[in-house]
Amino acid sequence: MGAPGADGRFGEFGGRFIPESLVPACLELDEAFTAAWGDDEFRAEYAAILRDYAGRPTPVTECHRLSAQLGVRVLLKREDLAHTGSHKINNVVGQALLARRMGKHRVIAETGAGQHGVATATACALFGLDCVVYMGEVDVERQALNVFRMRLLGAEVRPVGSGSRTLKDAINEAMRDWVASVESTHYCLGSVMGPHPYPWMVREFQRIVGDEAREQCRRLLDGSDPDYVVACVGGGSNAAGTFAGFVETKAKLVGVEPAGGAALGHGVPGVVHGSKSFLLQDEHGQVLEAHSVSAGLDYPGVGPEHAHLASIGRATYVQAADAEVLDAFQLLSRTEGIIPALEPAHAIAWLVRAAATEIPLGSTVLLTLSGRGDKDAQQVMEMLS
Amino acid sequence: MVEPGSLESRLRAVRAKGRKALVPYVSGGISDDWLDVVRAAADAGADAIEIGIPFSDPVMDGPTIQAASQRSLDRGTTPVGIFGALADLDAGVPLVAMTYYNLVFRAGHRRFARSLVDAGVAGAIVPDLCLEELGDWERAAVDAGIETVLLAAPVTPDDRLAELCRRSRGFIYGVSVMGVTGERQALATSAGILAKRLKAVTDKPVIVGFGISGPAQAIEAATESDGVVVASALMRLVLDGGGPTEVGASVAALRRALDGG
Repeated sequence: MGAPGADGRFGEFGGRFIPESLVPACLELDEAFTAAWGDDEFRAEYAAILRDYAGRPTPVTECHRLSAQLGVRVLLKREDLAHTGSHKINNVVGQALLARRMGKHRVIAETGAGQHGVATATACALFGLDCVVYMGEVDVERQALNVFRMRLLGAEVRPVGSGSRTLKDAINEAMRDWVASVESTHYCLGSVMGPHPYPWMVREFQRIVGDEAREQCRRLLDGSDPDYVVACVGGGSNAAGTFAGFVETKAKLVGVEPAGGAALGHGVPGVVHGSKSFLLQDEHGQVLEAHSVSAGLDYPGVGPEHAHLASIGRATYVQAADAEVLDAFQLLSRTEGIIPALEPAHAIAWLVRAAATEIPLGSTVLLTLSGRGDKDAQQVMEMLS
Repeated sequence: MVEPGSLESRLRAVRAKGRKALVPYVSGGISDDWLDVVRAAADAGADAIEIGIPFSDPVMDGPTIQAASQRSLDRGTTPVGIFGALADLDAGVPLVAMTYYNLVFRAGHRRFARSLVDAGVAGAIVPDLCLEELGDWERAAVDAGIETVLLAAPVTPDDRLAELCRRSRGFIYGVSVMGVTGERQALATSAGILAKRLKAVTDKPVIVGFGISGPAQAIEAATESDGVVVASALMRLVLDGGGPTEVGASVAALRRALDGG
């Protein structure tokens, strides 16, 4: 998973489908990121913040009881233990450093489940940047705790009432803000999507997940790699970061989409939010609403590099349905004492199903637990009662 | 059948007569009588008319055009339906389709271009196609005889501006302000600055849009340019329950203002 060319393409996917008003900002960001990522000082500062502030490296935990139950050896990459409770912190620390480097004092972000919003608000508090987070009204309601956390961290949360009132519309609104504020504002996109350089840049800021996990696995597995590497996919940032560490190994890469928002599973190529990828849409090209129990995966598109990995067959994309996700949420809690976020509970759900059917007995599986489940406890409590 | 190049030749003719061009916008399918709204705008003195083909995620549009698009989609409007309706309309002025790229991509570039031709549409505006991604659509449009109007923004640097003007057909759409479509209290100073920069590098008609909310702003925006696009101010009338009469009256007032009366 190398750098895309100047046209931002991963195979036929990606690109930069944006209004002329945003072109200079995307070019500036491309230039700034390219320079920063090649700058040892920037890299050192990024690494130091992730170590001293965000708690990296996160551990890889061997799941003894779950492994015994499933008949496969399960290792979890514990992004739930990173500061703010998910992998999102890796990306926002990078982008906040870039915003500062570009002289932008205001940061905007979209959020679905609220994890990216909380991470962005956190980084902005750390660096003293103004922060506005756009969040669909549906998500504001089902993730009230994260809304409070963002406000506590000094961010302004703006509910979005247009369209499906979820993540897709929060992105629309953030883009509208950015068109009007681009000279002073950095748009901190939360996933491996959007116009070039975002899909590439966010994957690079997340590749620390996969790079750490590969080394940790080799220590645990006497120098060998896991047979399977599994992560959930909405936009796909934790999966992209995880896969980046294993794409050169022989591990099978598996991305798990929500059944109600499976852009790769049910979508066709399309263009929305600045890049060409797979997209849930009708025959005329109108974007359809995703429906998932997980706000963080409730998105009708997917990052373009995943579309590319799927098209060349390097990664496989599968689905998990809401009911089995709820079962997996409870299973991991009971067997390992780890309450997962609903997003990675999709990956667990697939693992449970696949362990009984297609994964050879005794295989080793590295699964990225992208976030912790505290934010979902209330929602799951209501669904189970 | 529309004569290729009719949009640009029409706007050049307007300029040659010493007049400013008026380009109203109508969201296709916004109401039962939307074709009558288009006719009323034409009869009230429009020189060309933009026809919005609604998209579910219009990121360059503010609240009014978002609401207009949503209402149209809620009524079951499809691109095919709009094209079919336009094919039976003789507005007497060139029509320009305004939509987002996914509708073009989904239909296929050549099929979409052919649909516009069959509908009697002269030009197309696709605001989320910047120069770098324009090529495929541009080739299909040129082959079909569709004029693709490109947008220039206040932040567009000089070298891009020259390239935009070279490749834009029909006219150059000067985006008056850094922001989305929608009515504003005052015309941004960036409007005049951009229009001047555009006029310095192109002989093609330069039409300014975004935030032109009434006759006074239309006059101001047309000072340095060849004309104006007015969208949200007209669609708000329709969203508020108005129809051909109200839109026609508003277009007529804009016409009088631009004609110096």
